Amino acid sequence: MELLYFGDKGWGDELFFATLMTIAVSITAMIIGFLFAAIFTPLKLSSNKFLNTIGNAYTTVIRGVPELLVIYLFFFGGSGAIMFVASIFGYNDYIEINAFLTGSFSIGIISGAYSTEVFRGALQSIDKGQFEASKVLGFKKYVYFFKIILPQMLRLAIPNLSNVWQITLKDTSLISVTGLVEIMRQSYIAAGSTRDPLFFYSFAAVLYLMLTFFSMQLLNRLELKYNKGF
Amino acid sequence: MDIELMINSFPKLLSATLITLKLLSVSLILGLFIGLGFAILRMNNNKLINKFAYGYSYLFRGTPLLVQIFIIYFGLGQIEYLRTTFLWVVLKEPYWCAIIAFSLNTGAYTSEILRSAFQTIKIGYLEAGRSLGIPKKIIFTKIQIPIAIKQSLPAYGNEIILMLKGTSLASTVTLMDLTGVAKYIISTTFKPVEVFIVAGGIYLFMTFIVHNIIKYLEKKYGFQT
Repeated sequence: MELLYFGDKGWGDELFFATLMTIAVSITAMIIGFLFAAIFTPLKLSSNKFLNTIGNAYTTVIRGVPELLVIYLFFFGGSGAIMFVASIFGYNDYIEINAFLTGSFSIGIISGAYSTEVFRGALQSIDKGQFEASKVLGFKKYVYFFKIILPQMLRLAIPNLSNVWQITLKDTSLISVTGLVEIMRQSYIAAGSTRDPLFFYSFAAVLYLMLTFFSMQLLNRLELKYNKGF
Repeated sequence: MDIELMINSFPKLLSATLITLKLLSVSLILGLFIGLGFAILRMNNNKLINKFAYGYSYLFRGTPLLVQIFIIYFGLGQIEYLRTTFLWVVLKEPYWCAIIAFSLNTGAYTSEILRSAFQTIKIGYLEAGRSLGIPKKIIFTKIQIPIAIKQSLPAYGNEIILMLKGTSLASTVTLMDLTGVAKYIISTTFKPVEVFIVAGGIYLFMTFIVHNIIKYLEKKYGFQT
């Protein structure tokens, strides 16, 4: 237990901040994922064959390739791509991009593929009459989308989105390979310097369990709120 | 785009795929037995047994696979007692540690899939069996299990694909599976995009095959909702 003391003696404070880092990366990745979903869901539902193929390619490739491989692509490829762009503008020094950004971005792309599928499913299960009725009533396009379709879509999407959240939260453990100090990385460091891996990895497991448990409680409450009247 | 590198790395990655497939098949088979066992425990009326099975699946589904591998590979070796038993022969090999972690993990997910499949079996089938005087054991093996397998095929197909991606974590405990070799080639050549395309292509090909086998089985055994 001494190992968990806060301050210089133990690893309590380090692990606490690492947990905050995990939460921060998960939330950022989730938001980036929503942005990707906002782009790719319309593509997947588009009747244009070309756009449709792009949308399908995104979800198929990302969901069919291991997360770790995607992370390596961005970890090793990210700074290279940026350096290439910079070299066009005549800047030739080495650029290292922030581990937080690469991590969130690569997890975000993965989580975005799952979110896209969830939103697509939710949109498709909204009753056709709702679309027709709002067209007949002559709503403006954005009113029709934001006031009628979006709220219904969210209600249908929330249960599955909480699954996506769980996946995203657990996937953030993988970006420890890039050196970002989140729960796994911090446990790795602590295990290495105290030679007590069993304790620290088990404690990491407890931290993840707590995160999943409390976020599920929160999301279940949200689900109930959106399902009022159903 | 370095086409030559892509062609040169292809055979290396392909031979690493064998390890990936080995890890996948062994852990899926072990996981299926673990999953079936825990699914049966979950349906037990004894509250304690039920809670234990639920706790197992909650523990393994609520924590990342990476933590599970690290606990088994780095953590268990720390227990002095284990080093004296024959278990140490197994636990000092990263290959077996990865298999243990994968099997326990997929076992937890499989138990959930099978449990919900067992629960969706119409009570009429069981009642029909009972009224025909079929012994309980035979009802279970000849009626419940075949129906449950049918019901759980689509979800189990997803689980196979998730596990295929999960085997990539074996590379974190020094195993040279497909992802491990891909990482090695990336870090020696600094050509991530080319290697990603080849390795990702192999993974996609495998998911494609799994997807189609499951689709075929679903059709053959007539999946009804």
